[in-house]
Amino acid sequence: MRTLVVAGHGMVAHRLVEAVRAADTAGRWRIVVLAEEPRPAYDRVALTSYVDTWDPAALALPGSDYAGDDAVELRLGDAVTSVDRAAKTVTTASGYTQSYDALVLATGSRPFVPPVPGRDLPGVFVYRTIEDLDAIREAASRPGRGRRSAMVIGGGLLGLEAAKALRDMGLSPHVVEMAPRLMPLQVDEGGGALLRRLIAQLDVTVHTGTSTDVIEADGSRLLARLGNGTELDVDLVVFSAGVRPRDDLARESGLEVGGRGGVLVDSACRTSDPAVYAIGECAAVEDRVYGIVAPGYAMAEVVAAGLTGGSATFPLPDTSTKLKLMGVDVASFGDAHAATEGALEVAVNDAVTGTYKKLVVTDDGKTLLGGVLVGDAAEYNTLRALVGRPLPAEPGALLAPAGGAASVGVEALPDEAQICSCNGVSKGALTRAITSDGCDSVGKLKACTRAGTSCGSCVPMLTKLLNACGVEQSKALCEHFGQSRAEMFEIIRATRMTTFSEVITRYGTGTGCAVCKPAVASILATLGNGHILGGEQVTLQDTNDKFLANIQRNGSYSVVPRIPGGEITPEKLLVIAQVAVDFGLYTKITGGQRIDLFGATVDQLPEIWRRLVDAGFESGHAYGKALRTVKSCVGSTWCRYGVQDSVALAIELELRYRGLRSPHKIKSGVSGCARECAEARSKDFGVIATEHGWNLYVGGNGGATPRHAELLLSDVDTETLIRTIDRFLMFYVRTADRLQRTAPWIEEMEGGLDHLRAVIVDDSLGICEDLDAAMAKHVEGYTDEWRGVLEDPEKLARFSSFVNAPGTPDPSISFREERAQKVPVMLGVPEVRR
Amino acid sequence: MTVSIERTWTAVCPASAVPEFSGVAALVDGEQVAVFHVDGDNWHALSNWDPCSGAAVLSRGIVGDAGGVPVVASPVYKDRFELTTGRCLEHEGVSVAVYSVRVRSGVVEVGSP
Ligand code: SRM
Ligand SMILES: Cc1cc2nc3c(=O)[nH]c(=O)nc-3n(C[C@H](O)[C@H](O)[C@H](O)COP(=O)(O)OP(=O)(O)OC[C@H]3O[C@@H](n4cnc5c(N)ncnc54)[C@H](O)[C@@H]3O)c2cc1C
Ligand code: SF4
Ligand code: FES
Repeated sequence: MRTLVVAGHGMVAHRLVEAVRAADTAGRWRIVVLAEEPRPAYDRVALTSYVDTWDPAALALPGSDYAGDDAVELRLGDAVTSVDRAAKTVTTASGYTQSYDALVLATGSRPFVPPVPGRDLPGVFVYRTIEDLDAIREAASRPGRGRRSAMVIGGGLLGLEAAKALRDMGLSPHVVEMAPRLMPLQVDEGGGALLRRLIAQLDVTVHTGTSTDVIEADGSRLLARLGNGTELDVDLVVFSAGVRPRDDLARESGLEVGGRGGVLVDSACRTSDPAVYAIGECAAVEDRVYGIVAPGYAMAEVVAAGLTGGSATFPLPDTSTKLKLMGVDVASFGDAHAATEGALEVAVNDAVTGTYKKLVVTDDGKTLLGGVLVGDAAEYNTLRALVGRPLPAEPGALLAPAGGAASVGVEALPDEAQICSCNGVSKGALTRAITSDGCDSVGKLKACTRAGTSCGSCVPMLTKLLNACGVEQSKALCEHFGQSRAEMFEIIRATRMTTFSEVITRYGTGTGCAVCKPAVASILATLGNGHILGGEQVTLQDTNDKFLANIQRNGSYSVVPRIPGGEITPEKLLVIAQVAVDFGLYTKITGGQRIDLFGATVDQLPEIWRRLVDAGFESGHAYGKALRTVKSCVGSTWCRYGVQDSVALAIELELRYRGLRSPHKIKSGVSGCARECAEARSKDFGVIATEHGWNLYVGGNGGATPRHAELLLSDVDTETLIRTIDRFLMFYVRTADRLQRTAPWIEEMEGGLDHLRAVIVDDSLGICEDLDAAMAKHVEGYTDEWRGVLEDPEKLARFSSFVNAPGTPDPSISFREERAQKVPVMLGVPEVRR
Repeated sequence: MTVSIERTWTAVCPASAVPEFSGVAALVDGEQVAVFHVDGDNWHALSNWDPCSGAAVLSRGIVGDAGGVPVVASPVYKDRFELTTGRCLEHEGVSVAVYSVRVRSGVVEVGSP
């Protein structure tokens, strides 16, 4: 067996090992990887996301520890210090010597730190490894006065990423760039100007066209003087002024290096010594170095092929980039700077929407060469795939805001078009994987073709391709049920099963989980199977449902009594106030027009609710996937513009649908006139009064993807309105997916809103009678869940912190005071940050 | 030389108080222990403290399985922990303490860790 030694274990080295192991079916190579860093190769491209979790595991590359593979030996934390080419051995810092038959240098780059005086001061960092980020984090979290600030030297791709990371750590970043614009390598002047404006809006101060002359220590802070006279007083400095290939091993062992550094290799990645190769950022392929991962992967594949008996040469790499910096899209692809002879540029600069788009085309305007997108890069993948090909439309038309390139669609692309540029996967290869190899999900496509596994920007295209190939994405509930929630609903309704055990025995596998148990519990509850804590059902509920209260970050719970339509008498307000005083609860008016009482322990919940129920309150279902609130405005009773009694209708609707268990929460609102003070159009169903009756809107929500509800019916009377809402809700409850709110449910429905209208207004499926009956059953069967608990000693017994010490509250829960109310004290610091 | 460590057992509740696929919290020598009844004679106990949220709540999670291995999902951020090993499935390297548990004459007893 021959020995392959790999110096360095970055992303590219890992790809090499994988590729050799995959191709070396004859078992010719034993691989020894000698790595400087203390951990196996990780996703450096995603380094900035480390700030979100501070969990190195989140950056791990699958399989990079080669556990269970005896042919690979990975030695961590021990850098190669010399190469003896005559003896064919390498020696490491710890003095370990290893002989090789083939040696691959994959040592990457080091950050370039220009010779600015003060660059060695404490508080000055670079940005390349997990350890660099840990050090920056430590410096950033040292106590200091006021908002902390930082300076990033270099306004390229990495500099802006570093600025984002610093901002996410709560610092105010300054970015200093020598060139007259940000990202000078990727974007042109027009794009750079817009980028600067967008970035500046995000609390990042940009200084372009100026150098950094000196950094001085100033007490615990740093003072930086810029070439243009500006002085910056900052807590820390991060250098991000480009990278230099780590070619020292090559230089010292007499291998040729490139004109601007880098181990000089030919198109098969061979150095001047036939037993030594170089790949990744440390290599100068035909005297050119590459600072992104895709060309490195291509080099790894080339060397792997060479070592295992194949042959391949380095393809012309795609240096396109797309990134989302603090919410600002920036992309450049192909010949972005119009360097091709006779190239023409077509640009649209829209200051109002904050977008800049430029296409570079051949002199006849027919073939796409490259382009720059700033502010909105939705069309990046499609356009990049079109590079070198005839344009499907006039360049100007492709840039038009609506109907732009995104509307060209994945179908229009030729088979050779590259969909994933990081991993060089073409549309044809993906289509084959879908149609012949049975890849029916994004996950399987990733595993099978590697597309989408690096920067991830092509993932939306993968989904589109799956759809274009007619592959239905799996709607299986979880590993225990192959059925979708809608199918489960129909099964349970038709078979009248009443327990989860029965359902899983007949239709699932295993013992269930935190996904299928609450989903089935919700279906059982919708179909009216008694109290949600009755019998086995208690073991299916999420903790919120189990304790009929909302869990808070310290394990205490909140209490939300129903206040229909937001209308409440002063007497009832007094009851809430007195309960809060007696139990020492924090109170807050919620966004749903009612009052939340926070900080109750499990043991206190029944006592609190006994007082509330006695005073005429009932559960507000703030804990359940159920109707939450129907908000109202004051309406015609008081308001000088009101045309209908919005409060009365809101109360009627809230009482009608209270307790209805559903795939996700349901919210509503009723406004007394078109001024829309109740924000009804941001609700799952919203009602707005008109001179002649009511307008009904459906499919709205706030939250992460806000959407306005759309008009379903106009000027209807109250009876028609309520009948339509009954059907809308019942149809939703039966057919939506788990945790799918009404907006995506309608969006996914074939035929959309028109189909919905046909079903519930014109009864096109002939199911309306059934839906009406189901809602009538729900309205009749409603009982207050909290009253149900208070009346049942067995259910009450569960409300204790400790089974062997009833009445002892959880000692880990404690409170401090803020603005004259109690708030939680965080005790154990979580080991895993989110 | 063999050192034998005497394990002490604390009775916490009747077995009938814990339905199948559910958990309860108990105080054992001042420590919070989450006791889980999977099914039949299968009982497990873990520390009640959820390292992913910092709250003492694991006993209130949903009990089920992941690929056939019994797990509890923390009610706060839904991270799952193997009942047999305490290992967290969502975060490599994170785990919670495992306690021994047994049922004697219908009474659940938790052993020192
Ligand atoms: C208490 C309250 C904030 C407040 O103090 O105002 C609140 C608090 C929570 N919201 Fe909310 N939301 C509250 C009004 C809202 C509103 C405003 C509204 O209802 O008009 C919205 C936007 C409207 C909407 O839902 O479309 C809102 C959008 C969300 C979302 C995003 C939903 C989405 O479809 O994207 C979540 C997350 C989820 O449900 O998955 C959420 C989830 C939550 C949870 C349940 C998160 C959790 O699991 O711990 C919070 C705990 C509630 C509790 O009592 O402990 N909350 N939440 C409000 C309670 C209203 C009530 O009386 O019931
Ligand atoms: C913050 C950040 C964001 C980035 N974003 C993108 C992006 O969006 N898209 C993109 O394509 N690229 C991006 N890159 C660049 C990309 O990460 C690199 O191109 C890629 O990691 C290069 O891989 P490599 O294996 O050649 O080098 P490296 O990942 O640098 O790995 C080299 C390894 O070799 C080790 N080593 C060095 N010398 C020795 C020695 N003598 N002995 C043993 N080990 C040694 C080093 O410690 C290192 O672990 C980004 C980089 C950073 C830092
Ligand atoms: S929506 Fe109309 S009726 Fe209601 S408060 Fe506003 S203006 Fe008045
Ligand atoms: S383009 Fe980066 S992962 Fe596909």
